[in-house]
Amino acid sequence: MSDAHALEHHEPVTCTGVPNKKILMWAFLGSDCMFFGTLISTHLIYRKISGTVGGNALDIRDIFDIELTSFSTFILLASSLFMALAVSAIHKGNLKSTRWMLFGTIIFGAIFLACQVYEFTHFVHAPGNELTLSTYRGEPHVFGSTFYVLTGTHGTHVAIGVFWLLGWLVYSFTGRMSPADAMDIECCGLYWHFVDIVWIIIFPVIYLMEYAM
Amino acid sequence: MATESVKYVAPESEVKIKNKVFPRPGQHTSGIVDWLTTIDHKKIGLMYGMAALFFLIVGGIEALLIRTQLWSHNMDVLTNREYNQMFTMHGTTMVFLVIMPLSAAFFNFLMPLQIGARDVAFPRMNTLSLWCFIAGGIILNLSWFFVGGAPAIGWFGYAPLTDNRYAEVLNDMGPDFWIFSLQILGVASLLASFNFITTIINMRAPGMTMMRLPLFTWMTLFVSFLLILALPAIAIALAELMFDRTYGTNFFDYLEGGKPHLWQHLFWIFGHPEVYILILPAMGIVSEVIPVFSRKPLFGYGLIVFSGGIIGFMGFAVWSHHMFTTGMGIVATSAFSILTMLIAIPTGVKIFNWIGTMWGGRIRFETPMLFSLGFITMFMIGGFTGIMHSSVPIDAQHQDTYFVVAHFHYVLIGGALFGLFAGFYFWLPKMTGNMMSEKLGKLVFTLMFIGFNTTFFPMHYLGMIGQPRRTHSYNEGHGFETWNQIATVGSFLLGVGVLIGVLQFFHSFRSKKLKPAGKNPWDARTLEWTLSSPVKEYNFARTPIIKSRDQAWENNYGSRENHSEKEPLDDHGVHMPDRSWTPLITATGLFIFVLGMLFRVTIEFSNLYLITPYEIALCGIGVFVLGVIMWATEGPGGYHLFPNEEEE
Repeated sequence: MSDAHALEHHEPVTCTGVPNKKILMWAFLGSDCMFFGTLISTHLIYRKISGTVGGNALDIRDIFDIELTSFSTFILLASSLFMALAVSAIHKGNLKSTRWMLFGTIIFGAIFLACQVYEFTHFVHAPGNELTLSTYRGEPHVFGSTFYVLTGTHGTHVAIGVFWLLGWLVYSFTGRMSPADAMDIECCGLYWHFVDIVWIIIFPVIYLMEYAM
Repeated sequence: MATESVKYVAPESEVKIKNKVFPRPGQHTSGIVDWLTTIDHKKIGLMYGMAALFFLIVGGIEALLIRTQLWSHNMDVLTNREYNQMFTMHGTTMVFLVIMPLSAAFFNFLMPLQIGARDVAFPRMNTLSLWCFIAGGIILNLSWFFVGGAPAIGWFGYAPLTDNRYAEVLNDMGPDFWIFSLQILGVASLLASFNFITTIINMRAPGMTMMRLPLFTWMTLFVSFLLILALPAIAIALAELMFDRTYGTNFFDYLEGGKPHLWQHLFWIFGHPEVYILILPAMGIVSEVIPVFSRKPLFGYGLIVFSGGIIGFMGFAVWSHHMFTTGMGIVATSAFSILTMLIAIPTGVKIFNWIGTMWGGRIRFETPMLFSLGFITMFMIGGFTGIMHSSVPIDAQHQDTYFVVAHFHYVLIGGALFGLFAGFYFWLPKMTGNMMSEKLGKLVFTLMFIGFNTTFFPMHYLGMIGQPRRTHSYNEGHGFETWNQIATVGSFLLGVGVLIGVLQFFHSFRSKKLKPAGKNPWDARTLEWTLSSPVKEYNFARTPIIKSRDQAWENNYGSRENHSEKEPLDDHGVHMPDRSWTPLITATGLFIFVLGMLFRVTIEFSNLYLITPYEIALCGIGVFVLGVIMWATEGPGGYHLFPNEEEE
């Protein structure tokens, strides 16, 4: 019988060499692709077959604010840079830098969310062009349904990411954070980058395409 | 010889926030707390199995009520609406609360044993998945007690049956319960699948290469991939439906620009892979049972694995054959027709491989083998009628008749359920340590086989002469009575068979009179049969080093160099993590949240205190977040075991 204090924790060796948590995260992201795939398909199908409403052609450019959305897109993409730097910093054991980079990611994520809240409020109350969950210009329409549920689901993902990162930020002040947490922060980073990539698809397909037609 | 144990002392870096309210229950926990907090994959598997067998009885009673109603023309056992509720609940229960969790029970119990692992990759997540499944089952069946009663929309929930405007009962809550229970059952399946994928890819014992994996583990892997890729489609469809019903969006509302047709596509993009999710585990079980009782290695192992993969892949490309009569256009219809014919090929390959395995073998007709043979024959009949339906004109003729009911019951009872019963008769001795009565097992098989065929074979004919399905009664003069009466008699025979079987399973846990099973009662081939029955909590005292595909068989009969070896026992012993309350707390949070989302009115407690649905939902979120935080901070805890080598 060995001494209890000699029993130490050791990382399990895996068959692939990739840590379990990372495989879990990749599997989840694969599944999440199908979630967004379904939502984006729903939007595009209805965009094609439900163009007009009550005799009026749907001209969504009247309410879209492409300058604001371009700005928030840029902010979200920039947040990925902070996230990557945070992961790099924790791998090097630079806790102070990790904390700042996490903070930057959170702020940029929050700015994106604020833009989305502003955008939704603005769309719902756009004078003469109100776009709600169930109507467009006061007539029943399906564009609002697909648009809000799709972008809202993406926004929910961003919000979950922000809360997750906030958890890490709080944790970094407890003094327990160490390079041993690098794996967990990297998983968080994978999630964050994925949510960004989804936006890279949503932005051209939902917003920019309206201007190309 | 007792196994010695030592308390696990976490290193400094691991000590996290101490949780005083719900500390992790330690090594010597027993009784109800043990079952509520266990993170042992074997106990989780058993709980999945027990809950699913309970729901099997519930769903069976619903089926028997349906059959009683159809005994003769214009019967009044059930009203029109009650009949609709019965077939909705029967379908939903049997698919989501019986066949899927029964498969999950075997995945949980067997897969880590078959690959030589201590547990799954994320044991607490595994427990969370169990409690989410239980919560989903409770929510679905709670619907009986609220406005409108159980959902009456079919297990497919086609729009616009789910539209509030067409509800028979004002403020019908049935579909809402259905939506949320399916959603939470989806969470359970997703969590379990992520876990199984990680475990199979990453936690195989040394030498257990992918092409040495037992067939059942391969099927676990394929089913997990099918689940994570197929479930999102219905999760989004259900979310959209929830928005339609609760917040007035127009996704499936024809009057306001939506297309009910889209619901069918989204549902079947999930629904067809789901068919393979139900049948592949049974195919895995049969692929394990047949070689054992034929005393031959599985014929064409690689081909069976590969066809399983092809079936899973092509399963995503045939969904529209459920919708041939919706007018999709010639191109789409032809494409799906051809793909449906093609997917029969890998299925046929498997059947020929099983026959090839039996060919020239010394077959022992014990109960697991009988059920496996039942599986092959019955599944073939279901498969043949399936190929018939790939032809569009025949499909149009059979659409919504009893022929279709006959077809999918041949696949799901004759196929999936027979396969799962074969699994129970085969592996329960490993789970309980007791052999079950062969005589009683054969009686169960005979009753089920005869009862099943008497029930469902006449339905082929009934469908051909035009009896519509999902219709609560029929008039005199169509000639439906005789065959319906035969089917009803058969269904009660089948019910008695299933009931005796389920009672026998439960009995085998407790009985002291049964013969002990020993390590390998069937002279079986795969790794789990090298362990004692029932399996010890630590599974493998020392990690095995795998040398060949049928390791238990090779250890007994193979040449010296094919015998498995064992890794040396290091002085750390086996680290066992402590049990945990957090999965139960997290699942309870989800459950409360769902209740809050379901209720539409303020609940009053004897004029003293009012609680609105939003407050209930917020409470749920609070409990959920609390559970997650405790989860993240409680640390592994645990203890070290130093098992004696003989005590595997």
